[in-house]
Amino acid sequence: MFRKALIAATVLLAAPALADTPESLMRAYAEQARTTSASYAGPSPAAGRRLFHQQPRDWSCATCHTDQPAATGRHAITGKTIAPLSPVANPNRFCDAAKVEKWFKRNCNDTLGRLCTPAEKADLIAFLLGAKGGA
Amino acid sequence: MRTRTGIRRIDWIVWSLAAVFLAYAAVAAVPPTEAAKPTAYAEECGACHTAYPARLLRPADWAVVLATLDRHFGVDASLNDTTRAAVARQLGVDPAVASAATTKAVPRITQQGWFREEHDEISAQLLRSPAVRGAANCSACHAGADRDQFDDHSVRIPR
Ligand code: HEC
Ligand code: HEC
Ligand code: HEC
Repeated sequence: MFRKALIAATVLLAAPALADTPESLMRAYAEQARTTSASYAGPSPAAGRRLFHQQPRDWSCATCHTDQPAATGRHAITGKTIAPLSPVANPNRFCDAAKVEKWFKRNCNDTLGRLCTPAEKADLIAFLLGAKGGA
Repeated sequence: MRTRTGIRRIDWIVWSLAAVFLAYAAVAAVPPTEAAKPTAYAEECGACHTAYPARLLRPADWAVVLATLDRHFGVDASLNDTTRAAVARQLGVDPAVASAATTKAVPRITQQGWFREEHDEISAQLLRSPAVRGAANCSACHAGADRDQFDDHSVRIPR
């Protein structure tokens, strides 16, 4: 009983230290990619950049997030402003795994007509981490 | 006499320490950022557009909106079941109804009779303009839309 309480308290106290970061999420996606392909070479900012600008249908990621992910974007339909997507410009980005998964699912679906793979998600984060202003 | 006040004083100190501790525990349990967090509705339904005030659609219509989020006016706005249930409760909708499959057309506020009446003097050209981008973009003309403020005084038509 006492030991359970002690473990619970330790987990609660440690929780803030375990918060997600862009780097930890990128590593987690890369780890996932590695389990499906032994020859996986790690996250590629260049591949992330290509995917970001790919436009198989009406939109690319850049349509709403602009072609400079450190800049403020605008929703293609509603016009609502969207805070910068790059974690370099916006510290609130990529710090909540569930939120990141939710938007990858929706936006890859809307933009590419399919889900993004773990390797692609790692590439995209690598690209966004390097986005200083230009892209 | 002296010992009695002595004991009382110790009692008093112990109780105030306990009270201070409890107050601290209560404050620590609810960090300020947690208390100021927006509701599930504002957070989830205000990401792409105005978080439309709940009173502007009937609960039955909100239920259809929530049950069709994966085909939401041309975008994927899907939520996990837990979050969708939380949003449903905030809109006064039974979470079970809000997750029941439906083939109904997704209702719009901008197609309700009262909406058309209130906005019948606005030209289609203005609605299409880049500054407005459609009737659904309430905040283009109603600066207080997020706070459910639509009165005549706060209307400002962009040009
Ligand atoms: C139609 C507009 C639109 C398109 C196209 C779009 N997004 Fe988004 N994206 C949004 C909106 C709206 C949000 C949420 C609003 C916000 O968080 O500021 C968002 C949020 C995100 C987030 C959440 C990040 C975080 O931690 O807060 C990620 C990741 C993301 N988008 C990636 C992408 C990628 C990758 C693409 C291309 C495959 C893409 N988006 C295309 C509109 C779009
Ligand atoms: C990923 C982006 C996105 C998210 C998240 C989102 N919506 Fe929407 N919503 C849209 C778009 C795009 C439209 C169409 C706007 C237009 O036609 O100009 C829309 C339109 C609507 C309309 C109709 C507006 C009208 O014309 O009267 C309602 C009602 C609505 N959304 C409710 C919701 C609710 C409730 C949620 C939360 C569960 C939500 N939306 C979340 C993108 C989103
Ligand atoms: C192009 C500008 C424009 C847009 C976009 C717009 N409105 Fe309006 N709205 C007006 C004008 C103008 C009036 C009329 C003011 C008057 O004459 O009383 C009005 C009136 C109203 C009223 C009645 C207010 C009152 O107390 O009399 C409501 C409610 C309202 N709008 C809600 C909305 C909602 C909800 C949306 C988005 C779904 C929206 N409007 C989008 C311009 C706009």
